[in-house]
Formats: sequence, C-alpha cells, structure tokens
Amino acid sequence: MAAVAEVNDATFGQEVLEAEEPVLVDFWAPACPPCVALAPVLEKLAGEMAGNVRFVKVNAAEAMATAAKYGVQAVPTLFVFKGGQIADSVIGFQPEDEIRRRLAAVTEEG
Amino acid sequence: MMAPAERSPGGGPGDARPSIWDLVIVGGGAAGLACAIYAGRARLDTLLLEKMLPGGQIVLSDIIENYPGFPDGVSGMELAQRMHEQVGRFGARVETATVAGIEVSERPFQVRLEGKGPEDAPRARSVLIATGCSPRKLGVPGEREFFGRGVSYCATCDGPLFSGKRLLVVGGGNTAIDEALFLAKIASKVTVVHRRDELRADRILQERAFADPKVEFLWSHVPSEIVGDDAVRAMRAKHVVSGEETEVEVAGVFIAVGEVPQTGFVPEAVARDAGGYLVTDGDFQASVPGVYVAGDVRSGAYRQIAVAAGEGVLAYRSIRQYLEER
Repeated sequence: MAAVAEVNDATFGQEVLEAEEPVLVDFWAPACPPCVALAPVLEKLAGEMAGNVRFVKVNAAEAMATAAKYGVQAVPTLFVFKGGQIADSVIGFQPEDEIRRRLAAVTEEG
Repeated sequence: MMAPAERSPGGGPGDARPSIWDLVIVGGGAAGLACAIYAGRARLDTLLLEKMLPGGQIVLSDIIENYPGFPDGVSGMELAQRMHEQVGRFGARVETATVAGIEVSERPFQVRLEGKGPEDAPRARSVLIATGCSPRKLGVPGEREFFGRGVSYCATCDGPLFSGKRLLVVGGGNTAIDEALFLAKIASKVTVVHRRDELRADRILQERAFADPKVEFLWSHVPSEIVGDDAVRAMRAKHVVSGEETEVEVAGVFIAVGEVPQTGFVPEAVARDAGGYLVTDGDFQASVPGVYVAGDVRSGAYRQIAVAAGEGVLAYRSIRQYLEER
C-alpha cells in the first residue's frame, strides 16, 4: 500500500506531463461510490509498482481546468500518461486485474 | 456439517479458509449483507463476494429517508458501511471478486470467479444470489456514444462535475426525482423528462420537486436521441401522442428509467420470469435446490432496502434448514 498523491490544476504539468515514468491518473470526486471502491485498489498497486509507475489522483470537481482539458465528465476516469501523452484511458470502476493488464500493456511498449 | 475443522471466525485476511463453504453469497447489497449477519451469528462458514463496494445500489443514494431507524435520513454510503461493519463483527468473510458462473450440476457447487482458474473457485454447500439490479439503458442513439461524456447513470458520482450547467433527468420514479433534487443543488436548471403526465415517485419527493424553482418538467415525452460533438449538447424527445419532437439543450443527461436484474453469471438451470428476474418458491429457493435468491434480483420483489434486508434474513432461515437436513 502507498498513498496516492493529490494533484491539482497548478501541479498537473509537473507531476504528470513531465514525469519520467508512466503516470496513472485517477480523476475522482467526493461522494462517488465507485471512486471510493477504487481508492484501495490504486493504493495497493501504487505500493507494488513504486519506482515503475507513478499514481496520482485529481479531484475533478475542483481541478476543473484539468478535467475540462481532458474531457472528463464522469468519475472515476483513469488515464495513463507516458511522456506527457495519453497512452490509455477508461471510464468507471475497474477491477485490480484489469488495471494491471492495462499498465502492463503501456509499460511493455518500451 | 456445520462445524468443519477450519473456520474463519474473524473473517480477516490470513485466516484459514474452509475447503467447502456452508454458504457463498453473491452480491453485497442489503439482501446479501443481512443474510451474512445472520449466517455469521449462526457460525455458518460464509463467504460474501462483492464485485465493487459493499452496499450495492444503496451507495448510489445521496440520502435515504425511508429506512427505519434513521429519522434524519442517512447517506447511502454510511448505511452501506454500517451494514458492512456489522457483517465483519459476526465472522462472515467479505471479498472483492466478480462471479463468472456457478457450476450447479455438481455438489458442492463451484463458484467460478472472473480472472481466476477453476482451482480458485470457492466450493459451496449452498449459494445465495443477491446481485440486485443495474440501471436500465434508454436504448436511444447517442446514449452509448456519450456515456461518460455527459450521459450518466449516477448523479451522486458525476453531478458535481456539472456545476452551474443545465441538466436533464429521464424518468419519473423515486430514483429519478431523488437525482433531480440532488442535481438541482449543483446545476443551473434541471429538466425532468417523463413519458407520463404524472410521477410515480413518493408524494413527498413530488412535493419537493414541484416546489424547487430549479426543477422543471417535460411531461409525456420519450427520449429519441442524444446529440453532441465531443460531449453532450442536447437531447431530443418525442411527445408520446403527437410524435412532435422537442430539443432540450443540456450539458448532461442523467438516466433513471428503472432497472434490469444482474443475472449474466446465473446458470440456465435457474428459472427466470419474463423480465429476467429469478423465480423462487415461498422459501426463497430457486428452481435448483440449494440455490437461494433474495432482494431486487428476485421475481416479485418490492425493490426497497428494508425489503431486501428482510428477504436476506428469510433466505438465511431457509438456507440453515436446508443445510441441517442434508
């Protein structure tokens, strides 16, 4: 388990777009049940993959500029960024195995 | 039979797992959780499998006002968490997993899990199916295309992303009016589109909706298309009699037009009614002995939290009797 850092409009560029490693971004909102269900799954994976994949979360109801830029209109929405580019995205709660599979696909592309 | 050597009294990780469970409960809504409380207290080896978050559809409610014991109402999340905690106290084990199928041609039953092989399939002397329902789709053009880009089935989830926007709710039941009232706190205006000229929702919710200056109604209309570019721009709806089409410009369409039972994993041998709900006898037993059904997924159920909890308890009573007789 590892904490998933909160990123906002001001820090998104540095923490996500300029990151060396691939970044999984969890757009979430308060009082969103599937977001609550997803949080411990991401914390677990963040712990396992520390050093290889960075995990961050963005409150889509507050970081509205970032949410709008990436067209986020539902939560949770997950993005994987690699070298500042969107490598993958998916809307809604995902089981642990599905997130693993998607991250493996992105990190194995080299 | 009910006292195998291995037991999981705490239900926590690391406890020994029985090779055969007395009871596997599929679905962690009110029915499944209530059954798990009773089964745990009876010291049945009980495993409850939930695919997402214990509480089921309960957690999607902003506020629940008709569940006894909460005079000021209770948020869906809190009620679900309390039920989940109560299960944990009495020893039933709760795990996150999606059930892919149940092998009912052999005893004990085998409960196959998505992403796991047959060697990891829990074996069970009895099974309770309590998977509830998922939101019904409208089935109009644009609905699938714009899902997550303005089309939503969860106002509490996605509503806060539409602050100050014009929104639309489709439906006329309790869920639809609950959502309209919740969204009215966030949006600039909420239009409720309903196929009838009156609501099916509880009168108290109707009174609130009619009194809310931000909620307006488009009566006797059925949606025909959701349109937009990158995101939803408008919804078109037809009058049920004249067929005349109206376009409502909105940023978000929240759909609450009823439910469909979640039975994709249930074997063919288990009988359904015409609507796909699972048929039981008076003891909550399905057409396959040892398989029980409770809550919203059951044919004839009155789909309310208090009823689902009660059905979970009644199913428990029958399951215990079934296990004792075998």
